Amino acid sequence: MRTVRICREDELEDQGKTVVEIDGLQIGVFRLGDDFYAYKNLCPHQGGPVCQGRIYQKVVEKLDPDMKSRGRDFDADGVHIVCPWHGLEFDIRTGKFAGASDVDIMSLEGYATQVQDGDVYAIVE
Amino acid sequence: MDANIVPSKAMPVQEMDVYTDTRDYLAPARRDAREMGFADWFICDIDAHHLETVHWHEVIEHIEDPVVRHQAMMYQKERFGAPPYGLNGDLGLRYQDVGGRIPHQSGQREKVEETDVHRDVTLTRRAMQALCVDKMVVFPTPMLFLGMHPQADMEVLLTRAYNKWLTERVLPGDEGMASLVLLPFNSPEEACRTVEEFADKPGVIGFTVTSTRYKPVHANEYMRLYSMIEETGKPIAFHAGYHWQDPSLATCNSFLGMHALGFAWCNIVHMTNWVLNGIPERFPKLKSVWIESGLSWIPFVMQRLDDQYLMRMSEAPLLKQMPSDYMRQNCWYTCQPMEKSSEVGLKATFEMINAKTQLLYASDWPHFDFDAPRVIAEIPWIDEESKRNILGMNAANCFGLEPKLRWK
Ligand code: FES
Repeated sequence: MRTVRICREDELEDQGKTVVEIDGLQIGVFRLGDDFYAYKNLCPHQGGPVCQGRIYQKVVEKLDPDMKSRGRDFDADGVHIVCPWHGLEFDIRTGKFAGASDVDIMSLEGYATQVQDGDVYAIVE
Repeated sequence: MDANIVPSKAMPVQEMDVYTDTRDYLAPARRDAREMGFADWFICDIDAHHLETVHWHEVIEHIEDPVVRHQAMMYQKERFGAPPYGLNGDLGLRYQDVGGRIPHQSGQREKVEETDVHRDVTLTRRAMQALCVDKMVVFPTPMLFLGMHPQADMEVLLTRAYNKWLTERVLPGDEGMASLVLLPFNSPEEACRTVEEFADKPGVIGFTVTSTRYKPVHANEYMRLYSMIEETGKPIAFHAGYHWQDPSLATCNSFLGMHALGFAWCNIVHMTNWVLNGIPERFPKLKSVWIESGLSWIPFVMQRLDDQYLMRMSEAPLLKQMPSDYMRQNCWYTCQPMEKSSEVGLKATFEMINAKTQLLYASDWPHFDFDAPRVIAEIPWIDEESKRNILGMNAANCFGLEPKLRWK
């Protein structure tokens, strides 16, 4: 088990990220509010550099009471990292594939994070 | 807090975008290639792409008709923000990048400092190196719509201009690059002229019909073309595409639906006509390659045609075998995008198409659904010989290529 120093806490803005390397291991660290999430930079789809993708808000479809579609919108509560290779979206809070929400499709490999004295750390095996 | 804290280093590329170097973008594929020892494998990518419209000002210089060429050059010079001269297509209906989520599909604006070869050669080399591909066939992108061009003459002019530009200015830059030159298929005599003129050009390993079109492939006017292509020993390929002008496909309101169906539908129709009209019986040595429709459509068509043929054999009197037999013996298929969500389905598909001899690796790089060679190499239920065949040796046999290892 290793404790990897990632960056200063204030270097990451809300919904920001950084991708770091340590002995060949690449880790993406994301900030949502006061929370930090760390994932291996390896997409479970085809091995792409998922953490080097862009962050998007979740897209929802608006239905009226008659079940008619009223178009799509962004949902600020769902924040996704999108793998730049083929566009698979993963929920930054859970690391899970963000679609087909009733079933488990695939997940990113996550690491615990810690903040101490203004520094952000990831705990890796 | 653990006393043993180790420092990390910020990665030089924090976020991939349209300016990211292909080698950085595909760095994980390079790592996989090293781990899997691909340098010792002959890997042939039968379907990668370049964006010919970036260099349209060069392409139009090769238009043979002097009046059209002059119009095209004036148009490119003076019209601000206009689409490429003479080219039909879907203009702004290009949603492949999912709103910027997949930047490499939007454009490759990376820096190229090399000046000794065409920019597209450098971009292709970078992808070849990252994917460990020894031979890469490049196709155009918007020109895949050419079959829907309202002016058959313009299809001929643009196809010929592109073929000339590609074979004279791009392919000579790297012997690892190859082309299945475009046929102006809506003008059969011109398609024959293309075969005559381009069959022996260096780097030309076959001929392409862009599949989005409404001419039936069994029309008598094509028999001379098929005979000529059979004579060259090089395959004819049907490269799939989509388009929003098809009324039933236009009911799809998402690119997801349009792409999923469109890229299969055009080849489903052409394959049906190809087989039921006995083209493989008429031209037994003519090899056909079916590109970029994925694989799951093939078992569907095989089963559907076999079932119906049994009841209506008098409507397909040239057949001496079942439709699926021709599809398994006379046809080759590129794997991409390889639908993998059902292992049972994929296994059955491999068996039904005889993947060991008929399946060809294709990346479709740099498009949004590209496949790296690992999609084949990591399949646990096929043997190594099959993997090597699919990744390269089947292509070597089908296209008559020397399996030269470039990255060893
Ligand atoms: S490898 Fe990440 S989306 Fe395919």
